[in-house]
Amino acid sequence: MSEKYNEIPMAGNILEPGNSEKYKTGGWRAEKPIHNNEKCLWIKNGTCGRCWIFCPDMSVILTEKDGKYSYAYNYDYCKGCGICATECPTDSIHMEKE
Amino acid sequence: MATEDKPAVSIKDMLKREPILSSGHRMCAGCAAPTVVKLMGMALRGPTIVCENTGCLEVATTIYPYTAWKIPWIHVAFENAAAVASGVIEATKVMYSKGRYEHEHVDVIALGGDGSSFDIGFGAISGAMERGHDMVYMCYDNGAYQNTGIQRSGATFTGQETTTSWAGSKIPGKLERKKPLAEIIAAHRIPYVATSEPYNYRDFITKFRKALEVEGPAFIHAFSPCPRGWRSATGASISLSKLAVETGLHPLYEVINGEEWIMSGPSKRIKELKPVDEYFKTQGQFKHLFKPEWEDFRKRIQDQVTHDWELLKKKCGVD
Ligand code: SF4
Ligand code: SF4
Repeated sequence: MSEKYNEIPMAGNILEPGNSEKYKTGGWRAEKPIHNNEKCLWIKNGTCGRCWIFCPDMSVILTEKDGKYSYAYNYDYCKGCGICATECPTDSIHMEKE
Repeated sequence: MATEDKPAVSIKDMLKREPILSSGHRMCAGCAAPTVVKLMGMALRGPTIVCENTGCLEVATTIYPYTAWKIPWIHVAFENAAAVASGVIEATKVMYSKGRYEHEHVDVIALGGDGSSFDIGFGAISGAMERGHDMVYMCYDNGAYQNTGIQRSGATFTGQETTTSWAGSKIPGKLERKKPLAEIIAAHRIPYVATSEPYNYRDFITKFRKALEVEGPAFIHAFSPCPRGWRSATGASISLSKLAVETGLHPLYEVINGEEWIMSGPSKRIKELKPVDEYFKTQGQFKHLFKPEWEDFRKRIQDQVTHDWELLKKKCGVD
């Protein structure tokens, strides 16, 4: 934060929705989730998505392009809680020490 | 946000919506509350304003100069989200009629943790429900004042250890029972009350949408595991909310107009409750209960939970 006092919005309002993305929480992580495509239902046919639904840090990235499904993590924010690994019905995620 | 005809309950529909909470918030690793907010976002139907009490979620999602919220959001004090929401609803109506606000209708959600909802802001909620403002009040219940240092609240379970209900040689954690908040709010005869938790996410989203759609106030009691306060594994939060349903500690139901009690699918499908011991074993805050001297106390908790469950089944007409 580098604004001068008279540049700060009235009442300390924050005018930029979701600007917490400027604050990276990935450094909190002690373990990181590793995903394996082999049995994953999202990769197979674009279903399931439980890891995405439950991740408290919006750090699972599920994408679809021309009927092809891909999977990634946003390690800038993932705190390594392991919820995705616990809730995956196909054991496609495991946690590894950083 | 755009107008949405239906809530998003399938992964494909969810992915089409922009999450209402962004990454970079500073809730503890594994806290279920951001997931609860994410699911709430899947139920929204159009322009929405969130009014939030002081609590973990308020503090850690809006550490100045950042906010994780992508929809309009206001915080005032620990106890008054329900009062602020009442004011926002009435103000937007007047502003619209004077041509100073673009939306004829905006959904207003009041949010609070269990400390602010069960205790500090209880009067404000009761007042807002009685006055009949068309809001959804959601309490995310993590069972104690986790944000201020894990003090007991009206939502703390019997036998739960907190920093103001220490388990030692004299007492086995909190002695009193949990306040039945959803039932108390239902007694206001408001159109809609429901209990929910994130594991059964479809149930959660469908209920939240109903709460938005009814005319008049609605109340949601959402269970929200807290690895820090509960001393549970960070990866276990969602499975713990499932276990809370299966043990009868957080049964899922709806109450319409304070009269019609409906047991929700996940609870209705339970043939027999799992023993509360299974839940207690997963968390450091209950570990003292397994000492021989608290054996009887633990059994009494089980009896109480079983009794409450039978009572609820009766109200819902389930056998
Ligand atoms: S470990 Fe936790 S924060 Fe990281 S991707 Fe999995 S659920 Fe999200
Ligand atoms: S929970 Fe597991 S199977 Fe489902 S989408 Fe995620 S990684 Fe794939």
